[in-house]
Amino acid sequence: MPAVQAITEQERALLNSYQRDFPLQARPYAAMADALGMDEDALLAMLRGLQERGILGRVGVTVRPNSAGASTLAALAVPPARLDAVADQVSALKSVNHNYAREHDFNLWFVLTAADDAGLDQALAEIASTTGLTPIKLPLDAEYHIDLGFTL
Amino acid sequence: MIEIADKDHQLLARLADGLPLVSRPYAEMGAELGLSEDDVIARLRHLVDSGIIRRFGLIVRHHELGYRANAMSVWDVPDDEVDALGADLAAYPFVTLCYRRRRQPPRWPYNLFAMVHGKERAHVLSQIAQLNEQLGLEHLRHHVLFSTKRYKQSAARFGDRGLAKAG
Repeated sequence: MPAVQAITEQERALLNSYQRDFPLQARPYAAMADALGMDEDALLAMLRGLQERGILGRVGVTVRPNSAGASTLAALAVPPARLDAVADQVSALKSVNHNYAREHDFNLWFVLTAADDAGLDQALAEIASTTGLTPIKLPLDAEYHIDLGFTL
Repeated sequence: MIEIADKDHQLLARLADGLPLVSRPYAEMGAELGLSEDDVIARLRHLVDSGIIRRFGLIVRHHELGYRANAMSVWDVPDDEVDALGADLAAYPFVTLCYRRRRQPPRWPYNLFAMVHGKERAHVLSQIAQLNEQLGLEHLRHHVLFSTKRYKQSAARFGDRGLAKAG
């Protein structure tokens, strides 16, 4: 497990200020730098440093479920001795973007995305045939929380 | 499913690799996709305003910062109560995601999910206990599933139309 990373107060301010409402203007990093009292080059260097340390995944978007394609949560009950091996088989699929072990008989939890629902079922069938285990498919019915990021 | 324009779809696929860390990132993305800088900005603004882009910004990997107690809390709630309860749960600041999912009886009876992330397992458990007590959930079938290992965490790649890059 990678070590816990420390961040500077300036890095914390940056991470807390721009998890949403990213500037939509020609020079967004310059605008962010202005707001934080830095110059653009220093801010870009800080973002690259956070990315190299694994703290910043990317500057990116989260998309409303089922607007740009189909997605679902799914889970497998894997015999514990096989967990790492089966997890690697599941992670190997490009359509899997999150994959976690959790404490339950259903001990492997993953999110699948595809162009449409048939693509999800195809990926689940592939997982069943590769692993010999039958996944449960738990598609989203309603969301109660808007993702606003996470204050550090 | 809502249909979105091909160019918008290409923009979203490109953003799965991250907005370039250069002075004029929208111009650079536009050059790759055959769009002007202004067009890229306008299209992204429209995707944000229409709610297709839920959040645009820094995607933080919390695990690296020590937020390693990641609990998925699930309840089996009667169908006619789940929407009201979901709204109540989502109002708690420490609930980072909350949604209703389809049950898969008999293997999976739970339909309401709430995620709580923290640095300490005991603290996360006390927050979940607070939910159960304050919202009167103690009588419901319930389980807390902490994550024990993260195998993969990356951007969603919808993979149609041959646009998503290998990741």
